[in-house]
Amino acid sequence: MSQMSMIQAIRSAHDVMLEKDPSVIAFGQDIGYFGGVFRCTDGLQKKYGEHRVIDAPIAEGGIIATAIGLGINGLRPVVEIQFADYIYPGFDQVVSELSRLRYRSSGEFFSPVTIRTPCGGGIRGGQTHSQSPEGIFTHLSGVKTVMVSNPYDAKGLLISAIESDDPVIFFEPKRIYNGPFNGDPDQPPVSWAQHPKGEVPDGYYTVPLDKAEIVEEGEDMTIVTYGTIVHVAQAAAKAAGVNAEIIDVRTLMPLDVDTIRESVNKTGRAMVAHEATRFCGYGAELVATIQKECFWHLEAPISRVTGWDTPYPHAFEWQYFPVQKRLIDGIRKLMEVE
Amino acid sequence: MTKNPKLHIPQPTARPGEKPDFSYLNLSAAGAVDCPPTDAKAANIEFLALEMVRVLDDDHVAQGPWDPHLDPETLIEALRLMVLTRTYDDRMQRMQRQGKITFYMQALGEEAVSIGQGLAFEPGDMLFPAYRNQGLYIMRDTGLVNMMCQCLSNSRDMCKGRQMPIFYQNKKNNLFTISGNLATQFPQAVGWAMGSAIKGEDHIAASWVGDGSTAEADFHYALTFAAVYNAPVVLNVTNNQWAISTFQGTAGGERRPFAARGLGLGIPGIRVDGNDLLAVYAVTRWAADRARNGGGPTLIELVTYRGGAHSTSDDPSRYRPKDEWKAFPLGDPVVRLKQHLINTGHWSEDKHSALEVEMKTTVIEAWKEAISYGTMTEPPFLDVKLMFEDVFAEMPEHLKKQQEKLLGMQGESS
Repeated sequence: MSQMSMIQAIRSAHDVMLEKDPSVIAFGQDIGYFGGVFRCTDGLQKKYGEHRVIDAPIAEGGIIATAIGLGINGLRPVVEIQFADYIYPGFDQVVSELSRLRYRSSGEFFSPVTIRTPCGGGIRGGQTHSQSPEGIFTHLSGVKTVMVSNPYDAKGLLISAIESDDPVIFFEPKRIYNGPFNGDPDQPPVSWAQHPKGEVPDGYYTVPLDKAEIVEEGEDMTIVTYGTIVHVAQAAAKAAGVNAEIIDVRTLMPLDVDTIRESVNKTGRAMVAHEATRFCGYGAELVATIQKECFWHLEAPISRVTGWDTPYPHAFEWQYFPVQKRLIDGIRKLMEVE
Repeated sequence: MTKNPKLHIPQPTARPGEKPDFSYLNLSAAGAVDCPPTDAKAANIEFLALEMVRVLDDDHVAQGPWDPHLDPETLIEALRLMVLTRTYDDRMQRMQRQGKITFYMQALGEEAVSIGQGLAFEPGDMLFPAYRNQGLYIMRDTGLVNMMCQCLSNSRDMCKGRQMPIFYQNKKNNLFTISGNLATQFPQAVGWAMGSAIKGEDHIAASWVGDGSTAEADFHYALTFAAVYNAPVVLNVTNNQWAISTFQGTAGGERRPFAARGLGLGIPGIRVDGNDLLAVYAVTRWAADRARNGGGPTLIELVTYRGGAHSTSDDPSRYRPKDEWKAFPLGDPVVRLKQHLINTGHWSEDKHSALEVEMKTTVIEAWKEAISYGTMTEPPFLDVKLMFEDVFAEMPEHLKKQQEKLLGMQGESS
C-alpha cells in the first residue's frame, strides 16, 4: 500500500497494465516524453518505450479513430483526451464507430479502447476547461461510462476499463486529482493523504465496472451522486446534521440500480446531485429510475442539485458550481417535506 | 486598386440535356508516366500525383513502365471477378426494384477499383472498404449467398439484421465492416497499420473513400497520422466524379487532383486511370510494396466514373446528362480488359458471352439459395432476441430486462 493522489493512482494503473499486458499502449497529446499535462503518464515512456507510450498530434478525432484501428488489430489502447471539453472532434468516432462496432458486425469486430479524460470544474477553467459531458456518453448504446471520485477507485476502475473488451469513457474530475474537495472554495485545499481512499495497493487489483458504492451509511435520506460531488455531499450532510446515505454511482453506464433501490426504499427520500447541467443531464435518468423503482417508498419528491443550464462561466464559478451551501440547502428542504 | 472578392460556387461542366464535357480531366498518354523505384523519396515523385498512370492505350495494348506483366490466367480471373461484380449488382438492383430488398448500391463502371486493387494485396493485409467496394468482398470469398443474405436481413444475415443492405463484413478474410458514416474507416485503417508496425508484423492496411468524402475531417486525420507515424497503409480515393448530386469540384477537386492531398505532408500520391485494371493493379502493388518495406503511406486517386445512380434512392437524370458515362474518356473497365485479352489472343467474344451466361447462372442460383433462408417478408425470420445481443460483450441487466419485456409483449416465454 502507498499513499497516492488520484494522479499517482492513475499512473500506477497504467504502469501495472503496461507491465502485465504487452498489448496495452497509451496514446494521447503530451503523454509521452512530458508525461501528460496533469502528469498521469509521467515516466511511463521512459519505462516502456516510445512505441507503447505514444505522443499524438493535436487531433482528438484522429486519436480516437486510430485508437479504434489499433484496437481492431489486437492492441488495447488507453487514450488520453487532454480535457473532456476537447473530446467533441472525436465524437462521431465514439458514437458511430467505437460504441457500435460489436453490434453492427454481430460480434466479429470490437475495439477495447479506454478513453480517459479530465472533466469538471472548480479550477477556474472557464467554459472550455470545466465541462462535465458524461450525460452525452451515457446516452449511447455500447460504451461504458465511468466517473471516479478517489485514488483507490480510480486505479481499480481504470484497470477494469483497460481489461474490458467493451469501450469505456473514463472521466477524471480534475478538481480532485490532488485532494478531495468539500465544496467550500474558501477553505484551503487538502491532499489525499488524510483520506482513507488515498491508501492504494501498489500492484494489480480491480474495482468492478457495474457496482456503485455506499460511501456513507445513513437512514434519513439518500444522496445519489458521483465524481467531485461525492465529497461535497459528505461535507454538506455533516454540516446539515442529517444522517444521509451517500451513494457514489462510479459506473454511470451500466447503472447499479440495486444499490440505489435498496437505499432509497430504506430512507424514503432521495436527492440526485452532479456538476453537469440539469436539463436532460444524467441526473434525470437517476430520478426516473428512482421514481420507477422506489415510488411507493418515497416520502418526498426526488430533488436535484446540479450545475445551471448555462455554459460553464469563468467569473461566476462558485455561483455555478453545486457548492456545499447549495447541497446543504437542498438537503434541508428535502428533510422539511412532511 | 483591389477587385471585390467573388464567391466561387463550383459547377459541373454539363447538366441534364447538355453535352457531356470531360475537358477538365487531365489525361496522360498510356505508358507516358515514369515508374520510380518503390523506395523513391516522396519529394522526387510528386509528378505521380499530378499526371495519370495508364497502361492500356486506346487500342487496349499495354504500354510503358507500369505494365505489371500479369499472366493471362490472372487477367482472366480479374475479368471474371469484374463481370461477377457487375452481374451481382444488376441482380441486386433488380431485386430492390421488385421490393425484395430495401436498398442497393451498384459499383457499375468502377469494378476495376476493387478487383484490380484487391489482387495487389496479400491475404493478411487488412482492408477497410467503403460502401461501393463490394468487389473486395466478392474477390475475398465472402460468398454471394452470404452477401445476399445480408442484403435480405434474413435468418443467415451476417449482421443479424442490424445493418441495411450492402454493409458487409468478413473478418476471417480481413475485410472490415462497412460504415455508413463516411470516411470513418480511413483513420481506423491507419491505426490498424500502426498496430501492425508496433507488433513488428509485415501486414499492411488499405482503405477507400470517395472523392466527396475527402472533405471529411477523418480523411485529413488519416493522412496526418499516416504521415506522422509512417504507417504501412495504402489510402485510396475512388474519384468517380459524383458524390450523389455534387460533382468532384464541390469536394475541392478543381484546383489540384485528390492524389495531391498528401504532398504537403510528404505522402506520395499516385493518380491512376481507375478503369485500367493493369494500371490499377500496378500502382497498388507499388504502394503495397513500399508500405511493406517500411516506406510508409501512399495516397492513390483512382479516376473513374459512377456509371449508375448513387443508390437505389437516387435519380441522377435530375442532375447530370444521361449519356455522360458514354462520353467518359476512360471508358468501361470490363470492356477494356476484355479487349486487351482478345488482342493478346487469350480471350474471345464467344468466351466472354459464355462467361456472362455463367456468371448470371451463378448469381441466380445464389439468389435462389439466399431467399430459401428467408426475406424481410417471408420466413425463416431472424430471432428478435438478437436485437439486444452484441451491444456489449456481456448483456447488462437493463438490456436483459428490455429483452424480456419485448419478448413478453410478443407472447413469447422469457
